[in-house]
Amino acid sequence: MDIIVCIKQVPGTTNVEVDPLTGVLIRDGVESKLNPYDLFALELAMQLNAADGGQTSVISMGPPQAGAVVREAIFMGAVGGKVVSDRRFAGADVLATSYTLSQGLRKMADFDLLICGKQTTDGDTGQVGAEIAEFLGLPHIGNVLAVEEIKNREIVVKVNLDSSIVRQKLPLPCLICTDGDINTPRLPSYRRKKEFNEASLVFISLEDFDDKDESHYGLSGSPTQVERIFPPEKNQEKQMFHGSGTELAANVYALLHEQKFVD
Amino acid sequence: MAYFKINQELIDPEKAALLKDICPFSAISSENGRLEISAACKMCKLCIKKGPQGVIELVEDEEITLNKDEWRGIAVFTEHNKGEIHNVTLELIGKARELALVTGHPVYALMLGSDIKEAAAKLLHYGADKVFVYDYPELADFKIDLYTNAFSDFINKVKPSSIMVGATNLGRTLAPRVAARQRTGLTADCTRLEMKENSDLVQIRPAFGGNIMAQIVTPKHRPQFCTVRYKVFSTPAPLEHFNGELVLLELLPEQLQSVYEILSIEEKPREVDISEAEIIVAAGRGLKSKDDVALIEELAKLLGGVSACTRPLVENGWFDPKRQIGLSGRTVKPKLIITVGISGSVQFVAGMRNSDCIIAINEAENAPIFDVAHYGICGDLNEIIPQLLEMIRGEQEHGL
Repeated sequence: MDIIVCIKQVPGTTNVEVDPLTGVLIRDGVESKLNPYDLFALELAMQLNAADGGQTSVISMGPPQAGAVVREAIFMGAVGGKVVSDRRFAGADVLATSYTLSQGLRKMADFDLLICGKQTTDGDTGQVGAEIAEFLGLPHIGNVLAVEEIKNREIVVKVNLDSSIVRQKLPLPCLICTDGDINTPRLPSYRRKKEFNEASLVFISLEDFDDKDESHYGLSGSPTQVERIFPPEKNQEKQMFHGSGTELAANVYALLHEQKFVD
Repeated sequence: MAYFKINQELIDPEKAALLKDICPFSAISSENGRLEISAACKMCKLCIKKGPQGVIELVEDEEITLNKDEWRGIAVFTEHNKGEIHNVTLELIGKARELALVTGHPVYALMLGSDIKEAAAKLLHYGADKVFVYDYPELADFKIDLYTNAFSDFINKVKPSSIMVGATNLGRTLAPRVAARQRTGLTADCTRLEMKENSDLVQIRPAFGGNIMAQIVTPKHRPQFCTVRYKVFSTPAPLEHFNGELVLLELLPEQLQSVYEILSIEEKPREVDISEAEIIVAAGRGLKSKDDVALIEELAKLLGGVSACTRPLVENGWFDPKRQIGLSGRTVKPKLIITVGISGSVQFVAGMRNSDCIIAINEAENAPIFDVAHYGICGDLNEIIPQLLEMIRGEQEHGL
């Protein structure tokens, strides 16, 4: 069974603040890493390959530096990967990102299963997987806890749906999004790192797509627009208490009493 | 089409260095005196706003024309389990009514399922002007293809201007599928919503891991689509007088053909759900040892509430992950939350800032938790909590 996993490079830290005076973003460090949720998706793919054969490739959209996460996936066990990278993709929202990835996926070899992680740690939306499936006209399912069976071009998955666990069957090819923390992802292999072949990492851009209309990508292809960014508001009407432990305990007690939380 | 134009003739090494510093995404680089913007660019436009004037320009051309008057109504997707309506739906209907005051648009609810007309009628009590119902045996269980078909059919027939969906697992699976089919935008996990007079929905959400709020609009597309987590907005009181109506909508037989087969549904056991709690005592990294957890548990018990925590205390195994508050945990909106030894990372605060009363106990005077607290108690939890427990138990004078 041939699998493609969609992965993303995310900032290594989420410590971003807005300078209240200038409105400029302040970022601590520039390190980036493979989105942690994608590790579970990659591990699931490797396990399915081990059980049923086939191979896993990855796709990532981002700047040229995103090649680093594709390499990491290859060290984990993927056979190769593509980075979809083009300045004209800049500023893409969920819809434009999903469309771009769906165009990139059309340029990959045939696959039986697409796997996405639950969400990314920088965007936190968890929506791109479902939108890719819609653009590719594939069935999809989110919050997958386990793949129970693959037989006769059908897959049985266990899904975490709010108040219940649902087992359902859908036809291949399809797209599944893993739930968080469903397995223990393997570490990158040293041997695979030594054997890495640059040819297994390929960059593609808008010129390689079927749809080359620039207005469908990046900021132009994004229905949503960020009007402004601002630091979270502070509560101006707070009351502060200082003093000894006993005094402060009495202050808290008085507050709880006043608001009828204690008699 | 919109893009950045770089006026290379205005570049000098100083300006190039300044621009490189301004860009929070490291997307700007210069080589041989030429400036380049890479695909890392998120179009945040800070280089235009904060950089040397005129070097980078945003060039926009032809506007897409959209007749916003053709799209009327604020619609809420109804999340339910066999007719039992999830509270997030009521919260969203309450919010929709508020937003509708600005534009005078009607408030709609959309409900999909089997044998649900009676349940759907309940939504009228909360002020929905129309409840649109697709009532088919095929819709009894959540099948993504059928639900997407019905949802899209509703949008095509009714043309609502804005749509709100609860950010449950079901909502997060369904909303993007429908938004992509409609080729429109979708903003996840909004924490604030406002309405402009021209019917543009202002969607505000934490971004970049939650340390920054982003205000997002969908100015040239309809419907405008967003998801909102449970407990972000308040439940409205049911109305005594209401005059909305139920509208049954129909699907074609081919819209009811599914490729999904449900094999089994196993109800999850009812567990403590901190997002339902009215009183919460939450613990953070200020706790020195696992023994301190007992203090937190006892305070919660004495107040008739539940204990909760921040992410580090889940990671070190002191609390169950289901007790975690924050962006990667649950959102809570209790009547009272006492935070103990929590500094207040934005990720945590995003999950509790709407609580009615926030009492924060923390040693560091400048901890960000005090920026959201209604009452800030600056002191050592190990001195305060044991004495507070004694006062509540009536074992110590409390000076009242």
